[in-house]
Amino acid sequence: MADIALDPRLELNPPLVTGGQTYADVTEKISAITENPPPKIWWAAFGVSLLLAMVLFACLGYLVTTGIGVWGNNVPVGWAWDITNFVWWIGIGHAGTLISAILFLFRQKWRTSINRAAEAMTLFAVACAAIYPVFHTGRPWRAVYWLFPMPNEYLHLWQNFRSPLMWDVFAISTYGTVSALFWYVGLIPDLATLRDRAKTRIRQMIFGIMSFGWRGSARQWKHYELAYLILAGISTPLVLSVHSIVSFDFATSVLPGWHTTIFPPYFVAGAIFSGFAMVVTLMTLARWMYKLENLITLHHLENMCKVMLATGMIVGFAYGTEFFIAWYSANPFERFAFQNRLFGPYWWAYWTMVSCNVIAPQFFWFKRFRRSIPVMFVLSIFINIGMWFERFVIIVTSLHRDFLPSSWGYFNPTIIDIGTFVGTIGLFMTLFLLFLRFLPAIAISEVKGVLHSQLQSERGGH
Amino acid sequence: MGLLDNLKLPFLGNGASGGEQKYYGVIGDFDTPEDLMRAIRTVRTAGFTKLEAYTPFPIHGIDEAMGEPRSPLGKIVFGCAMLGLTAAVALQWWTGAWDYPVWVAGKPLFAIEPSVPIMFELSVLLSAFGAVIGMLALNKLPQYYHPFFNYTRAAGATNDRFLLAIEAKDPRFQSDEVKLLLENLGSRHTELVEA
Repeated sequence: MADIALDPRLELNPPLVTGGQTYADVTEKISAITENPPPKIWWAAFGVSLLLAMVLFACLGYLVTTGIGVWGNNVPVGWAWDITNFVWWIGIGHAGTLISAILFLFRQKWRTSINRAAEAMTLFAVACAAIYPVFHTGRPWRAVYWLFPMPNEYLHLWQNFRSPLMWDVFAISTYGTVSALFWYVGLIPDLATLRDRAKTRIRQMIFGIMSFGWRGSARQWKHYELAYLILAGISTPLVLSVHSIVSFDFATSVLPGWHTTIFPPYFVAGAIFSGFAMVVTLMTLARWMYKLENLITLHHLENMCKVMLATGMIVGFAYGTEFFIAWYSANPFERFAFQNRLFGPYWWAYWTMVSCNVIAPQFFWFKRFRRSIPVMFVLSIFINIGMWFERFVIIVTSLHRDFLPSSWGYFNPTIIDIGTFVGTIGLFMTLFLLFLRFLPAIAISEVKGVLHSQLQSERGGH
Repeated sequence: MGLLDNLKLPFLGNGASGGEQKYYGVIGDFDTPEDLMRAIRTVRTAGFTKLEAYTPFPIHGIDEAMGEPRSPLGKIVFGCAMLGLTAAVALQWWTGAWDYPVWVAGKPLFAIEPSVPIMFELSVLLSAFGAVIGMLALNKLPQYYHPFFNYTRAAGATNDRFLLAIEAKDPRFQSDEVKLLLENLGSRHTELVEA
């Protein structure tokens, strides 16, 4: 062992699977989570999450039966928490695709322990995001005719495809579908593992049907690996396009504070930043709840902290650039919009955003903080909050004081606004906990592949 | 239960077909991917062609060792992407400029520039369906019966065992010889498996 510890390669590439595990240990550790009764803490977390999800359904029921006036949106702030929450949730989803697709193409092997859970997080975040545009229509059962080009008897009209809101519909629905396909393809071999380990007939049947009769033959793996590579290849530009198109919702308008060419890259960086924060929040909890220290190592978490530091710096740089351009444009409305952000009635939201997004990640310059679970957990929560405020600041401060001072206003959320937002967090956590409980939360076959190359290099094979 | 029994789900433990003496082949069971690769090379050198390996994770270089051609999936996906692109152009042009033209802000009824986002998204969407459905079709999945599952240690292939099957349809197949060959190569459990 001593000579391995001195090997300089290990200094650069610490082992991703620790504790001297075998292939069978990996199978056992991950499958056991789905086979044994969950720990008590799971039930506690599930109970709270389910309760919050009920709040969501109550709020949505009230909204549908009463009207969208139950939200605080009103002239001049026609878009408020609904779109803030929508953009926030979509952004969170981006880390999942980044980990599963972009890090795959860059051959970052450390992604394997976290990609499954991060992809699941993407799916649930997209589901939470989709609630807002669907329900802000007020009549969600008709929304399908308004959002998608469906021949219909209501409108006798087609959608305006020159509107970025239509691009958004296509971007989000494609993103949700492709993420679901990618996630399920990754699951197939692991579902077969669960099928082959099943102790009861009902588990055998469920996982047998879900895994499509997967055998893991070399021919199957050949097509499978290529399908996985192609999905990663197309998901990479897709994820960049999704938040770019979300930013077009704002950038193609002529409102000071929104009409900015920097928005697409700025939104994408912010999305990855917030998404990684959410992955760290969830992974530290899952790792602690199920004792996965040998599979989700400190090395994995440290890498995610580095990504947060990098994207946090990009976001901070974008804030500065926005101000420079507002000043340099010499446009009085543009300059006013940005002064109003800093020192106007919403100054508290702006400075919360800066503290959480620009100052908080600076701690990650220090290795000590990057490897401390409590520090990264707390900072990830701050970043989640900061990124919510970023969207709130962009949306609400740009709207509440427009060109005519006579029509200025101030937005206050209603209790239904708050209940809906907290409720989507409950729905998200409920779905995530169910996923942890019933499906392999770590990609079993992929971890074995990483373990295989690790064993080869330990033997000096490469 | 009756319906599922008729489907002959082999992993439910009722897979063995009765009557005629037809065999899928001989399956051997190896400890490591390296042992499996060595076995594949030896068996191929010995002239066997109808092979199949079963592994818990994809093994680098196994396709070359088995003499497998490249997967045609890329071509399928490219076709789907082009279909998505065409569909997006047709949709936006037909709805906006042909079926119900509405002038908005004096802009052209159809132009490529504002159509690009949806052209991109639909290309990606159809590519993804092409990749997944194409992969399943090339692998003939879902397939709930396969003679492989009659092997008593088939479950090892999704855990930590590396299996090699020499199929009975191989012209050189002789069950006793093949069994001996796999055992000599290090197979821990060699079995003649029914079809």
